[in-house]
Amino acid sequence: MSAARRSPRAGIEAPIFSGLGDPTRLKLVSRLAEGGPQSIRRLTEGSGVTRQAITKHLLVLDQAGLVRGARRGRERVWTLEPRPLDVARRYLDLVSSRWDDALERLRRLVED
Amino acid sequence: MATTTTDRIEKEVLLSAPRARIWRALTDSKEFGAWFRAEFTEPFRPGATIRGRTLYPGYEHLTFGIVIQAIEPERLFSLRWHPYAIDPNVDYSNEPTTLVEFTLEDVDGGTLLRVTESGFDQIPLARRAEALRMNDGGWAAQMKNIEAYLRPAS
Repeated sequence: MSAARRSPRAGIEAPIFSGLGDPTRLKLVSRLAEGGPQSIRRLTEGSGVTRQAITKHLLVLDQAGLVRGARRGRERVWTLEPRPLDVARRYLDLVSSRWDDALERLRRLVED
Repeated sequence: MATTTTDRIEKEVLLSAPRARIWRALTDSKEFGAWFRAEFTEPFRPGATIRGRTLYPGYEHLTFGIVIQAIEPERLFSLRWHPYAIDPNVDYSNEPTTLVEFTLEDVDGGTLLRVTESGFDQIPLARRAEALRMNDGGWAAQMKNIEAYLRPAS
């Protein structure tokens, strides 16, 4: 059972990959995942890419449903937006792996 | 109600232990707690609402409620609970519960234990996203995996 939950899930991951088919976009998503919602100014810092390029990539990610922009004061703040179905599936995987662990402990209890 | 692939979990485990032994591990609250990593103050009986305390590493301070549904000797044991209710600042009592069913069946080679948990589609999506965030395998870690996967091999 534990092998099954480590199996490749390319079918589920595929839509995410298509939005990330670019190293700059991939890096943007990683930065948003790790640093939380951020402005274009912060996302540009240390990226080695111009602000205009960051904006362009954010718009592509926006179209793919991966990020969402909201105006805050004079800036636009960008947030990672994992899609509902993706959340639902990942959540089920999480609960599923907890069951695998628990049932393995159950097996040890009744078979030892 | 339509059942989607995100609504339920189904597990099957073939156990070589006698059916009566597995039944005890499921329905004796102390034994259930031993493998599920929880502590219950009362025995399981149909219709009972029982408080438990989780002994899951890192979550030992949390209590949770389960409502016992059916106890049909050596065949079916079911209960309802709030799945993954691990945020101590959230009152889950008004949220929908999931139904957990354990069934036993004699098969070649031993006893087949089937576990299903259903009703996840009724759990607020925000709650599910929160569980992912609180878990090590959450979104940020997944993104690292994707990043590593896509990074050209050097």
